[in-house]
Amino acid sequence: MTSWLARKRESGFLLAIPTIAWLLILFVLPLVIVMIVSFMSRGRGGVAIMPFTIEHYQRSFGIFSIILWRSISLAALTTLVCLVIGYPLAFFISTRRNRLFQQVTLFLVILPFWTNFLIRTYAWRILLGDEGTINGFLLSLGVIDDPIQMLNTQFAVLVGLVYGFLPFMVLPIYASVERFNFRYVDAAHDLGANDLRTFLRVVLPLTLPGVLAGCALVFIPSVGAFVTPDLLGGTKGLMIGNLINNQFGGSGNMPLGSALSIVMMAVVMLSLVVYLLANRRDRGA
Amino acid sequence: MKKIGFLLVVLLLALPIVYADSHEYQAWTCPEGFEGQTLSIFNWSTYIAEDTVPNFEDACGVTVNYDIYESNEDMLARIRQGNPGYDLIVPSGGTVQRMAEEGLLIPLDLDRIPNMANVIPSFLNPAFDPDNSYSLPYQWGTLGIGYRTEAFPDGISSWEQVWNHDGSVAWIDDRQAMFGIALTILGYDPNSTDPDEINEARDYLIENGGNVVTVAGDDGQVLLERGEVDVAVEYSGDISQIMWDCECDDYAYAIPQEAGNVWFDNMAIPVDAPNPELAMVFIDYILDAKVGADLTNYIAYASPNQASIDSGFIDEEILNDPSVFPPEEQLENLFAIIDVGAEAEELYNNAWDELLIFLGQ
Repeated sequence: MTSWLARKRESGFLLAIPTIAWLLILFVLPLVIVMIVSFMSRGRGGVAIMPFTIEHYQRSFGIFSIILWRSISLAALTTLVCLVIGYPLAFFISTRRNRLFQQVTLFLVILPFWTNFLIRTYAWRILLGDEGTINGFLLSLGVIDDPIQMLNTQFAVLVGLVYGFLPFMVLPIYASVERFNFRYVDAAHDLGANDLRTFLRVVLPLTLPGVLAGCALVFIPSVGAFVTPDLLGGTKGLMIGNLINNQFGGSGNMPLGSALSIVMMAVVMLSLVVYLLANRRDRGA
Repeated sequence: MKKIGFLLVVLLLALPIVYADSHEYQAWTCPEGFEGQTLSIFNWSTYIAEDTVPNFEDACGVTVNYDIYESNEDMLARIRQGNPGYDLIVPSGGTVQRMAEEGLLIPLDLDRIPNMANVIPSFLNPAFDPDNSYSLPYQWGTLGIGYRTEAFPDGISSWEQVWNHDGSVAWIDDRQAMFGIALTILGYDPNSTDPDEINEARDYLIENGGNVVTVAGDDGQVLLERGEVDVAVEYSGDISQIMWDCECDDYAYAIPQEAGNVWFDNMAIPVDAPNPELAMVFIDYILDAKVGADLTNYIAYASPNQASIDSGFIDEEILNDPSVFPPEEQLENLFAIIDVGAEAEELYNNAWDELLIFLGQ
């Protein structure tokens, strides 16, 4: 006779089969293929052929590390800027008493998603260009005499990434501030903590899961971004995503592209481990 | 009976015209038997006249699916993965050679393409496709420098002016052409397969590319128009298009004496094409004097069609524009890209990645 618990376990497994199959076929299997290809040689037209080699990893950690490092730092900076802008915004939205106002502001945060990402990024080209809107405005005011070069710089990429990923920071923080019980603040004040101390010791730790989730959601896609640097970065703002993308054209190098992807994935994984550890320490505390 | 009478009248009316001038243009007619069929074309973007396809559909009673690509590489990648159903593609010279070697093209039946006789003889039997086994020319042009005349009041006559320009410059994402320019300037074969020469060219380009703000896809002309750059290395027709559109003297096109690239795009039929017979009919249609002329008038690239040039269907303005039809003595100085083979392809690919990493710093 099967116990109720065992039956429950079994049906639980049955229910998970579609998900497991999905993950195996569409995630694990392709990942294994990418892994194998990354150790193969480049053939005519950039396809993978035998024999096995580690030369693509040598190149990835060699000359490509300059761009890999640039991608990581730009993504980290993007995450930081998103956090600095996103936290107060999320805090502001979730502490409004007026429910309607709260919903409308939240809706405004998501509103840009209604327009295609490519078009929104392209619009920044017109804003940031030498003869663009911002330079035109500053020139006409007489603040500057020559246009400031903003487009085709790392600054432009940063602006584009922050603009593109800010909602991913705001939403999880909003959710965790929403759940925060403000009586803790009163308690902290009663116990003699000033505002700064209350924030650092009470509010921030309790909303940290939202902050960490937001950081992961911004950092991960930023590292591999290629549309934003392609449109805004020019030669100076080139990121690893662009170089990976180049490897999959007709005369690229698919094994090299695969190796670069794996290295990038390892970087993202490493940051996720940091995220999980931080989260655990936070729970333990 | 009535029909025969009508035909006779038409014939009688036509006779004096035919006799008056044996070169009189006869509008292209579609061979019988294709009604209701479908043709799928895969061509470069902005590379056909507005009425080229509709007129063909009307003439043959067929439906045409028209799809576009941005580079030889994109097209090649698609066909290599298995032809998704295209009947006609427009690869450049070196790519024709590559695709033929890889068995990605179907041989042409030249007997079905009588208008091949219209092609300028020197454009037939090219080195990349001897005997025109796989391809016939579509259009041709050059790669040179488009620039804002305001930034260069005295014009551009040397690549040095581009390298030393104090302002924004755009190069083009055409690796072999960019390397070909550097290799030529350094005194090497523009299609070199020597690793040392390729690396020297890479270093030369990095050294002289400090002012490069972007390596543009195929939209350098837009960057010029928008004022993002003063100079754009671009294909001739794209610059001609903005020069004519603005009807001003703001833009100019130059091919310096030291180095410049000439290219030829060709019509070919990819392997597993569903309807190669109709594709050959289309090739014949494009090589018609009037159709070819309309094409050149619209897209501002040079025609390889002697009949189009002789017939007077091409606008004088275009025919006499040296940036579209470069003069003979200039043409001799231009290099054409050939297929460099698998090994050198990898050398260029690696060198291009390294170039991108350090460019513009």
